[in-house]
Amino acid sequence: MKATQFPASASGVTERVTGFMAHLRDNGLPLGVAETTKTLQSFQHIDITDQHQVRLAFKVICTGHHDSYSQFDDLFDSYWFNHGRERSAIAQTPNQSRQNNHSRFQPGVDSTRSSSDDGEAEQPDGDSSDSEASASGEGRLIASKTTNIEKTDFRELMTPESLQQAEAVALKLARAIRDKRSRRQRAAVRGAKLDLRKTIRASISHGGVPFDLYRRNKPDRPVKIVALLDVSGSMTVYARVFLSFLKGLITHDTQTDAYLFHTSLVRISDALRDHDTFRAINRLSLMAQGFGGGTKIGSNIKTFNQQYAARTVNGRSVVIILSDGYDTDPPELMACELKKLKKRNCRIIWLNPLKGWKDYAPVARGMAAALPHLNHFAAANTLESLAALEPHLKRL
Amino acid sequence: MSWKSLQATLADNGYIASDELAMAVHLSVSLQRPLLLEGAAGVGKTEVAKKLAALNGTKLIRLQCYEGLDASTTIYEWNYQKQLLSVQAGKGDADTERLEQRIFSDQYLLKRPLLEAITQDKPPVLLIDEIDRADEEFEAYLLEILSDFQVSIPEIGTITATSYPLVVLTSNGSRDLSDALRRRCLYTYVEYPDAKTELAILQRHLPDIDASLAEQIVSFVQLLRKEELEKKPGVAEMLDWTAAIAGLGIAKLSDNPVELQATLVCLLKTQADHYNIPREITERLVGQAVP
Repeated sequence: MKATQFPASASGVTERVTGFMAHLRDNGLPLGVAETTKTLQSFQHIDITDQHQVRLAFKVICTGHHDSYSQFDDLFDSYWFNHGRERSAIAQTPNQSRQNNHSRFQPGVDSTRSSSDDGEAEQPDGDSSDSEASASGEGRLIASKTTNIEKTDFRELMTPESLQQAEAVALKLARAIRDKRSRRQRAAVRGAKLDLRKTIRASISHGGVPFDLYRRNKPDRPVKIVALLDVSGSMTVYARVFLSFLKGLITHDTQTDAYLFHTSLVRISDALRDHDTFRAINRLSLMAQGFGGGTKIGSNIKTFNQQYAARTVNGRSVVIILSDGYDTDPPELMACELKKLKKRNCRIIWLNPLKGWKDYAPVARGMAAALPHLNHFAAANTLESLAALEPHLKRL
Repeated sequence: MSWKSLQATLADNGYIASDELAMAVHLSVSLQRPLLLEGAAGVGKTEVAKKLAALNGTKLIRLQCYEGLDASTTIYEWNYQKQLLSVQAGKGDADTERLEQRIFSDQYLLKRPLLEAITQDKPPVLLIDEIDRADEEFEAYLLEILSDFQVSIPEIGTITATSYPLVVLTSNGSRDLSDALRRRCLYTYVEYPDAKTELAILQRHLPDIDASLAEQIVSFVQLLRKEELEKKPGVAEMLDWTAAIAGLGIAKLSDNPVELQATLVCLLKTQADHYNIPREITERLVGQAVP
């Protein structure tokens, strides 16, 4: 077994341990001085000449996650026993898994890291030709169906009235989803239960007669809606209607969040809050069409998980994805990212315009991979189908 | 006590711990840090806490988490009925100051699990079970207690711990826990036991079982876990199944396929899993498991 050559200056245990901590930190484990102290303390309780024990102690203290837990042994070996591995190669893998592991929200570190590591924004040029080619089998199918739609319901939907109608439907849906009550209780002016603590306290001044009654009630905990809209080539015919739908979701509260995606992800919540519906929609759809090209649902959900999910998605969130499910990313990526999103305890609804068609089956590989992670999968090709969602969403 | 002897003692008490788990428990005891155990349901996370309490001869204080858990059910609550009576009874007493002091004293305080755990004479084991079911607000309550072992009550003041409890948190990973909580804990991911460990567990719990049957059972369950299942059978399910097989007097798994299929109710807990493991698959697995 080859042991690491330490610099002459790093003589003591403390320095080597500090070096190891720095190594772990480089590889994306969120460690601070407290962990270093903890490990040094732990050395009093184990036999530090036994490699196995030291490894276990480090492992137990420094990891806090299944991901880091399973990758720890490699990191340990690479630092203490150079098994002929290149440091850079090792630094690469964990960084990647750190990116997957977006659950940690570290404002300082993440923002710089994702901008330098995250090559998605630069990638499409080199990548798109290849991805388009690989998806060409399905691409042709979409194109023919698209023209079909344009002839039937597209023009009708483009009138201002129907856009307004889409907004109204969205508003109804948002209300249906949002009406959720917490199981907690808070002091309130009106409420079903007495706040005994306050009441008794106040009764003392009346000689023990509970004269003033204070109450408790369950506070409203609005369910937060996060909408992700696919505006790639195959979805452009629906883009405007769905944008007004998003606008309907978003206008009446400050909590809802909306995003567009094609090959990259854009947050549009603020733009959508523009009071002029037509102006906002035109601006956005122009912006969306400018990108065109393929859809990268998997990597977009990944970006969302990394950059926005920690702030916007929790147990009281409903994530609505509006997409046809044709993805140029491998379906495993989408499944994996949806699973991660689901870990945040949110509910995921996928609205697929294709589902409204006769004989549609979710055979697109991406869609099939996504299905097990969805709470609800529904059609969204007409306003009626959107309106029909209401009872389902109420139940979620 | 070194970690190896801890592992051995646990084994004597009927819990076979992996090296990682034994080291985690050992360090958690000696560094007085909470221990966070993650893993699938049925791998024996809760059992660790129970065994530790039995081992140290201390009280096990258990807090089962659910959504909406709040301070009054986990930390403390005033005994309102008693306070009310006391206020009524002390009506003649004009000194409100003294009255207030009386009814907000220790005897009117109802201790809930977390407060109870830090006010024991002998350090207990505090089991916070399925922490991922509680909401984020509850995690925030927990942080104060886990880092300082103290509770602030406005009417009384701060209650500091008389003894540091050994805290074990378990999580099924149904939701991500906050980093702040993770960082305060020592962490171990508990895996399904390997065949050797599982056999040891089986023999520890049901010593009367025939050795070759035990081996068949363990390898069948291990194979079954590799199938596509919604809910993989845990150790507890395996033990139930073994008891069922022993109770039915089955000597060899391949003897009676119909009866065997019927006993799978002990292992498969969802309708989809029953559908996914029809008799043919059971027979194939038995074929692989029985030498």
